Amino acid sequence: MATFAPTHQEPHHHHHEVDKRPLSYWWTRAFVGTIVGIAVGFFIPWFFRFVFGMEPLWVPELYYTVILSTATLGFLAGIGCFDYWMKYILGHRVSYEDHSMHGAYSWRDYFKVNTDHKVIGIQYMVTVFFFFIVGGVFAELVRAELSTPGQQLVDGEDYNGLFSSHATVMIFLFVIPAFAGLANYILPIMIGAKDMAFPRLNALSFWMLIPGGLLLAASPIVGSYSAGWTAYTPLAVQGSTGQTMFEVAVQIVGTSSIMAAINFMVTIFTMRAPGMTVWRMPLLVWANATTSALVIFGTPFIAGSQFMTLFDRIMNTQFFNPVGGGDVIMYQHVFWFYSHPAVYIMMLPGFGIISEILATFSRKPVFGYRALAFSTVAIAILGFGVWAHHMFVSGMASWLRIPMMLTTIVIAIPTGVKVFSWLGTIWDGKLHLKTPMLWALGFIFTFVIGGLSGVYLATVPIDIALTDTYFVVAHIHYVFFGGSVFTIFAGVYYWFPKMTGRMYNETWGQVHFWLTFVGMNVTFFPMHWLGFQGMPRRVADYDERFAAMNEFITMSTALMVVGTLIFFANMAYSWAKGPKAPWNPWRGRTLEWLVSSPPSTFNFEATPQVVGGPYQYGIEGARHAVVFAPEEIGGGELTETERRTILVVASETVSSSTLLDEIRRKSKEGPWRFTFAVPAKGRDHRSAERRLQVALAVLAEAGVDANGSVVDGGPIEAIEKVVEEEPVQEVMLATYPSGQSGWMENDMLDRARKATGLGITRVVVRRDDAVAPAPGSGVVALGVVANDALGTDGLGAAIRNRADQQPLGVTLICPLNLTGPGWTDDASKVRDEAVDRAQRTIGDLVDAGVPAQGEVIDGDEAAAARVAVTAYGAERVILFTLRGEGGEATVEAVRAAIAPVEVEHVVVDAAAPAGS
Amino acid sequence: MLRSRHTLPLIVITLVVSALTVAGIMLIEWTPERASVQADRYWVLLLFLVAASALIFVIVTAVLIYSVIAFRAKKGDESDGPPNHGNTALEITWTVLPTILLAAMGVWASIVLIQNDRRDADRETIEVTSQQFAWSFTWRDGVRTPFETGDLYLPLGRQVELKMRSTDVIHSLYVPEFRLKQDVVPGLTTTMLVNANKVGTYPIICAELCGVGHGTMRARAIVMEEDDYQQFLADSQREVRTQDGSTPATASAATP
Repeated sequence: MATFAPTHQEPHHHHHEVDKRPLSYWWTRAFVGTIVGIAVGFFIPWFFRFVFGMEPLWVPELYYTVILSTATLGFLAGIGCFDYWMKYILGHRVSYEDHSMHGAYSWRDYFKVNTDHKVIGIQYMVTVFFFFIVGGVFAELVRAELSTPGQQLVDGEDYNGLFSSHATVMIFLFVIPAFAGLANYILPIMIGAKDMAFPRLNALSFWMLIPGGLLLAASPIVGSYSAGWTAYTPLAVQGSTGQTMFEVAVQIVGTSSIMAAINFMVTIFTMRAPGMTVWRMPLLVWANATTSALVIFGTPFIAGSQFMTLFDRIMNTQFFNPVGGGDVIMYQHVFWFYSHPAVYIMMLPGFGIISEILATFSRKPVFGYRALAFSTVAIAILGFGVWAHHMFVSGMASWLRIPMMLTTIVIAIPTGVKVFSWLGTIWDGKLHLKTPMLWALGFIFTFVIGGLSGVYLATVPIDIALTDTYFVVAHIHYVFFGGSVFTIFAGVYYWFPKMTGRMYNETWGQVHFWLTFVGMNVTFFPMHWLGFQGMPRRVADYDERFAAMNEFITMSTALMVVGTLIFFANMAYSWAKGPKAPWNPWRGRTLEWLVSSPPSTFNFEATPQVVGGPYQYGIEGARHAVVFAPEEIGGGELTETERRTILVVASETVSSSTLLDEIRRKSKEGPWRFTFAVPAKGRDHRSAERRLQVALAVLAEAGVDANGSVVDGGPIEAIEKVVEEEPVQEVMLATYPSGQSGWMENDMLDRARKATGLGITRVVVRRDDAVAPAPGSGVVALGVVANDALGTDGLGAAIRNRADQQPLGVTLICPLNLTGPGWTDDASKVRDEAVDRAQRTIGDLVDAGVPAQGEVIDGDEAAAARVAVTAYGAERVILFTLRGEGGEATVEAVRAAIAPVEVEHVVVDAAAPAGS
Repeated sequence: MLRSRHTLPLIVITLVVSALTVAGIMLIEWTPERASVQADRYWVLLLFLVAASALIFVIVTAVLIYSVIAFRAKKGDESDGPPNHGNTALEITWTVLPTILLAAMGVWASIVLIQNDRRDADRETIEVTSQQFAWSFTWRDGVRTPFETGDLYLPLGRQVELKMRSTDVIHSLYVPEFRLKQDVVPGLTTTMLVNANKVGTYPIICAELCGVGHGTMRARAIVMEEDDYQQFLADSQREVRTQDGSTPATASAATP
């Protein structure tokens, strides 16, 4: 049943135009879109109420509902989620191969709509961890209030809002989207696909989380929803504006969730690499396919329940009002028909992650792979038949209790099979206790406790005593914290090297685990006791006899807080400064470990071939998949140690930004290494050397693997010399435009092709671009301020000297010191002479291999230095004056003008007679 | 299998974990006193469940701890473990054994549930009304003059059927010592059967989030000897009659 990843029309040249519009453009649009949305949302209900003469005109919750919906749409339209589809709808030309919003080339690309699943994955993860902090702060406030009996910090309404917000944020904005984010990054690579099936839908799923999330997280500001995350009616119907925000936001994040699930489902069903049969899919893929089905079938029910509550509130429908013929219990049936499967939506992807990690770090195949896969599906199907076990005391039809108890008990069986299979996986393995493995093992311990307390709650007579007490709080946290959150941390540590290209700090990772593991158990285990003793949940005030235990619990949470701070510090520091990650730090077998860290823009240059199961550890020569290099560079297997080389041939254009940009872009698309050959026949060897140094410095700073040398002789000799020394897969030839290029006149392309037998890419560089200083870090932007000193040998020597020590980009500013009006003939003459001198100096520098540009200004030296710094970004300035002209005052003026930029003063001897 | 090098250390670890688990169960006073027949039935079922779950917990934890100690890779050991993909006999065993335990528990729990639902002929019926944020209890059946109180009075040894209504949102009547809880739902009359078997005063707690005053919505359940209970009924009715010539009290507001 293997499928074939769709190939693009130009299979390996995703030569895509990158959208150049800046961030400010998108965010201005988003801001305007939101404002327009608010205005429209205000207008619609006002208009209809006015036209139909409805009184009163102002019904706040109705207006808020419409405004929140239209503002969300406005934001999404503004940020650009619908651009492509709108173009299509309006009949404009669209290209199916439009990758203009694909891939990240700088940090800015993470702050706008992007269709690259890897960028979206990281966008998800950063966003959900932001909400993790928000939800954590709510939790700490709840615990602070509970540290002593009676009410101290907040009043009853605010307290109800706090725990409601804590639960909602953690469920809808952390656990569920965190799994979506991890899978977004990893899953397409795992199945050998170049992206998700619907990249633009993928972007929309993520961006919906932003308005939805802000509504949920910010509602405490306007009087939060205080009916619990379960929002039972009729209490929810009594709610305030916060409740409206909750009901609208659940629709938004629910829609996001459904769209993401459809995307995963289609991706998994249709985009698996050849050879990846269902029994060769990694268990994370199984888990996500199953979870996606749960989301698609389940989420419409919570959407329905919240719509009906909302309509009861703003439209005076009577769905849940017994006085109007409604049914209170019906809400709970509809709600739990989603929210029980939601428990598995929050657990199954975690099971998948744990299976991956246990196999990798035990160096053993997953024990009972098929049993694990089947039990995942079994749990998902049974999960729809147990919803009423949340309602044993609700007053529902009493005959439902025994069947629901039995189905619930049956679910414990596949769950048990999973736990035992994991134990079977680590048994007799070679355990490497790295941070992800610690989380996975810790998860087994805490999840077993959560699973067993679940059996207590499934048993109706026991549940009648324990439901709605702290026993349930303990159970839910053992399942969601000890279960879901542990697996999320496990996954984040496991794939951190893949996602960021850097290694996290192992020691601090383990400290984070132990603090959280101990903190979690001492915080939540005592809650079982509170529940047995009869302390109800969702109360700010409680019996004196529970005081000591609650104080202990509140203090225990400090361990988790410290652990979490360490986690964030570790992640932030390692992401910026951690050591570079190899392709496969854990020696995993699945496809994501067979590509670079982070993977290239389109993951695979050629469609990979799956040849075996995903966890064949310990079997001599067994492998899961083979990743290939593209056909046109010779095919063959692609591995980390075997990088493909592109030979770059360029002479005067070596340091041009056109060429360097092209190389940077190319390097993102695959595991390329670049070797420069700079031919220097009959020219100044030093100049070629200097240009090459500039180019290599820029590329090194951009993280591109490049080296090279200046070769004596013409371009063909240069190519032949390199080809003799190392295997080359492709040649990149940079020239001036045809007509201006000596090389092109000599049929260089054909001759190079004949000489190498390789594909040749020509990069055309404009003349002015070739001589302008290369942008980007790695090259020092040097400002040169000189007037009379222009054209002296001393000046040229001094600059060349510095360029030998460090790659330079020179900006020459010549101050004329004009005192009179600037439009007189005299002034023009002076100016023309200066321009002439400056041009000659720049020409000399360029010939010497120092990229240079310049300008002549009317002002004095201080003004010139200021122009160099502000307009050209000079990082250092050299002021040249002629010997004997003093100039100390000038130096001081320049220093004062551009402090704290460093100013160097160089005195040179007067030039030989002008006109030479 | 028994002569494997793993057997002895695994047994030792299992014994240590078992000792700790049993100590944790026995040394801590987990549950409050029991004051109803339903609580006693709950207690026996709970003991079975605790024993079964402790068994599973000990097995999993012992294997986990032993694996981490025994199978940890030596530093620099890059080799793989044995390519063991599964063991059908073992997998069937660990599917069937829990199934048997769970089935036993399911049957037992169903029996307890059916027993708890059985109505006695001589039961006392008391009406319960809940509202944000107070309880009130009304005696109407079997008394000459209906009356209302803010606390629940129950006769020792005789079944009481609570007929419960809510005037606004969902509440839940919960008495930890009875091990019973039942939601009180607007638009429905829900019932709760309790056979109190221990004289005393126990808290009535609202267990379903019902708004700002949820945490303070409390009352008392007072279990008294049959004689005292009859005395209480007589006194309460006389009080109503003296207060108000003929009109019976209505469930308008709680008057504790």
